[in-house]
Amino acid sequence: MGSRVAVVVYPGTNCEHDVAEAVASVGGEPRLVWHTATTLDAPDAVIVPGGFAHGDYLRPGAIARFSAVTAAVAAFARDGGPVLGICNGFQVLTEAGLLPGALQKNRGLTFLCDTVEVEVCSTANLLTRGAVAGRRLRLPINHFEGNYTCDPATLDELRDQDRVVLRYTDNPNGSLDDIAGICNEAGNVIGLMPHPERASDALLGSVDGLVLLEGFLGGGPAR
Amino acid sequence: MSDTPGGTPLHRALGLTDDEEGDIRAALGRAANPLELAMFSVMWSEHCSYKSSRLHLRRLPSDAPWVLVGPGEGAGVIDAGDGIAVAMRIESHNHPSAVEPYQGAATGVGGIIRDVFTMGARPIALMDPLCFGPLSEPRNRWIFEGVVRGIAGYGNAVGVPTVGGELVFDDCYAGNPLVNVFCLGVMPTGRLTLGRASGSGNLAVLLGSSTGRDGIGGVSVLASAGFGGDADDQSKRPSVQVGDPFEEKRLIEACLELLERGLAVGVQDLGGAGITCAVSETAAKGGVGMDVWVDAVPQREPGMTAAEVMTSESQERVLAIVTPADLAAVEELCARAEVRAAVIGEVTGTGRLRILAGRGGAVLGDVPAAALEDGKPLYDRPRARPADLDARWADDPAGLAPPEDCGADLLGMLTDPSWVYRQYDHMLFLNTVEPPGGDAAVLRLKAPGLPPTRRAIALSADGNARWCALDPAVGAALTVAESALNVACAGARPRALVNCLNFGNPEHPEVMWQLSEAVDGIAEACRELDLPVIGGNVSLYNESRGVDIDPTPVVAVLGVIDELVRRPPGVWLVDGGWLVLLGRTEPNLAGSRWARDRRGHRGGRLAAPDWAGHRALLGLVAGLVADGVPAGVHDVADGGLGVALAEMAVRAGLGWRVGAVGGHAELFSESPSRVVVCAADEAARTVVETRAAALGVPVTILGRAGGDRLVVEGLLDVGLAAATGAWRGALPDAVAGVAAVAG
Repeated sequence: MGSRVAVVVYPGTNCEHDVAEAVASVGGEPRLVWHTATTLDAPDAVIVPGGFAHGDYLRPGAIARFSAVTAAVAAFARDGGPVLGICNGFQVLTEAGLLPGALQKNRGLTFLCDTVEVEVCSTANLLTRGAVAGRRLRLPINHFEGNYTCDPATLDELRDQDRVVLRYTDNPNGSLDDIAGICNEAGNVIGLMPHPERASDALLGSVDGLVLLEGFLGGGPAR
Repeated sequence: MSDTPGGTPLHRALGLTDDEEGDIRAALGRAANPLELAMFSVMWSEHCSYKSSRLHLRRLPSDAPWVLVGPGEGAGVIDAGDGIAVAMRIESHNHPSAVEPYQGAATGVGGIIRDVFTMGARPIALMDPLCFGPLSEPRNRWIFEGVVRGIAGYGNAVGVPTVGGELVFDDCYAGNPLVNVFCLGVMPTGRLTLGRASGSGNLAVLLGSSTGRDGIGGVSVLASAGFGGDADDQSKRPSVQVGDPFEEKRLIEACLELLERGLAVGVQDLGGAGITCAVSETAAKGGVGMDVWVDAVPQREPGMTAAEVMTSESQERVLAIVTPADLAAVEELCARAEVRAAVIGEVTGTGRLRILAGRGGAVLGDVPAAALEDGKPLYDRPRARPADLDARWADDPAGLAPPEDCGADLLGMLTDPSWVYRQYDHMLFLNTVEPPGGDAAVLRLKAPGLPPTRRAIALSADGNARWCALDPAVGAALTVAESALNVACAGARPRALVNCLNFGNPEHPEVMWQLSEAVDGIAEACRELDLPVIGGNVSLYNESRGVDIDPTPVVAVLGVIDELVRRPPGVWLVDGGWLVLLGRTEPNLAGSRWARDRRGHRGGRLAAPDWAGHRALLGLVAGLVADGVPAGVHDVADGGLGVALAEMAVRAGLGWRVGAVGGHAELFSESPSRVVVCAADEAARTVVETRAAALGVPVTILGRAGGDRLVVEGLLDVGLAAATGAWRGALPDAVAGVAAVAG
């Protein structure tokens, strides 16, 4: 049986079907979970997909952290469950305190939809455990607020604990230390701005996202 | 008769003529009261009634066996095969965007999406053909940046990818930009729903936003009149609506579920003319009457009059006709989707549209529903061929001095549009096989609830005012031909077309002549190419300070790819590949980009299309691409062969050396029906030559790809790096002028 994946849907989320399709393509069993749900029904993993949860009003993720499902995701994460936030999902996880730092507006003050190159910087987490450190992946980005920032102490901690998962090779948005994705201390909660599900079919131009999704659904401990 | 405080008769203040007021009086058998006049004024506005253009639009062919819904509904629909129906529509939001670029463009996107999902189709693609004045002017830059941000801000957040469009700069759009918006949706064929009311006692349920004072008179004040001075334009800003993509996103999901579960008899978008338009159209089309209870309409602010409620263009609202038995299910569904639902009236058997203060309350207005809808005025406005046309035709650009430096002229015509489309989510839904920037966008046909298929679609949006200013009939016909060729370059068969006719003031006889000629040109092209026109929109009064824009019919063509097994090659080159021109170049610079850009010249005579040759080329190119023969393919259009070859080079990062180009007129001529293909090797080249010969398509071997220079023997020699720099830098550099001026 494949990994059962809860895909969280807030009002305004729009990548849920794309994520479900990509999860299914690597053998997972996706199930959409509406934001009012108070339990996740014991999945093997959770993905918070991209989009504009609650319209991104106030600030991306700022309202979503108060949706009932976010508390259930937090509890699942605390118990060591695999949680992946993609793009808006990453923003939600930082607002909910599951990951440190914040995503600011892009340096160029425009929305950016493009395919960029990222480098795998750490494999000590559920997302990149199937990849080799130093491997470069071509992944689409699609965000206005993707410029990662955090205080100097947090950055030191992220570096020292090998928690910078992905870095841009040509920083598109001004992210601190070229950060494209990070994880928590245990390596079970990961957030990244690029969209691995958009790089999961050769017809669309890249399959570099598959190694990430396969790793995430692969089972076994993070570190 | 009611008068305004200034003494102007109310009907005139609302934009109705004295004759139209007389027609209303005849339809009612009495003078209309102010509420009724307000409703007639919006429904009989140029925007809603097409009163100047309807007579001509009838000449467009709209039938084909695969057409499920033709013009006149929210969107046109075709059967794409495999149980999948494709709905599409195009519309203009020119005037709102001129006054308030961000919201004007944003609400244009919102409106066109509603037209599609209210028919049961999930919107999966947007395109935005845009025309602006030159970016050297700060005001044009402000409009340009605002429009692009508005499209991005709404389209990205509502969750519909923007996969294509067009970008044109010309002096004629300086006071009046064109912002056309196109949306395409897909559905299982069985879910198709029309905006019809039926069944006396059924309920009118308003879904979505509350109703406010924004956008009152948008269609009559804004869309059906030209622009004067700046102060005048500023005063129109309150008539522009404000968009909320988050509301619309919830509305899409709620509405599609409603239709999937069969809980609505009919659904209608609330766009121009608001509730008035929605209730009169659904009632008239269903042959029924309707009562509307004003106090049941959720209102954003206190103290709104009935006329304000009835004509407000507040965004993100749709009207669903629901049976009383289904109401509870509809309310439950909407509550879960977090969408407001309010019963605001009911269907009656009277054929009358009655506006009541509340259910069982005072009757504030009472008109035959058919009078608002079917009684719309129809004008055969005077038409006149422009007096200077023969002189312009005689002024052939062949007489212009040749360029001193063909390379400099070529580089000046290269523009990479990625500055625009990188701001749009163009990848959502995992359908985008060919992104914006090529000849046509290519999309898989995949959405939740659709049967699986290997079919795909190709989309292109095109306009050419330079051609249409010289000859609106031939120019419009060639525009259709080019759009069809663009989808053929993606391996698709052109299958349906929608058009957006952007013209000046219809009260100017030359403008009406342009419109009529352009319709004839589109009609001819569509008949020749077996391309039904399944929908359209007319935008008139595109003028500023008394000067009309050049005639700008914009068309969007949908092509179907029967089986998508590989990515089409797109605009590309491979090292050592043969560059083969399909079609014949006529050294005619009439209406060309080169003549306008480099010489400020807009004269000459366009050659009529060769339809048999064009059909052969369409079949040849689509077949070659579908069979994976070429390694690169590009339609020859703006800027001619020179620009086509240069675009292939800068995108592939590879130079070329070509001969067989007789002079600058051959290099920059925009003569139609031509495609450049790159054949990777001798075998591919032989296939191209053999198939072309069989179809009678002329072939010229131009040269080969490779190296880091662009060389046309005897004409130009420029470095690939210089060409790439010019192409990449054109838009960012022009936009950077904003910072310089503002700073």
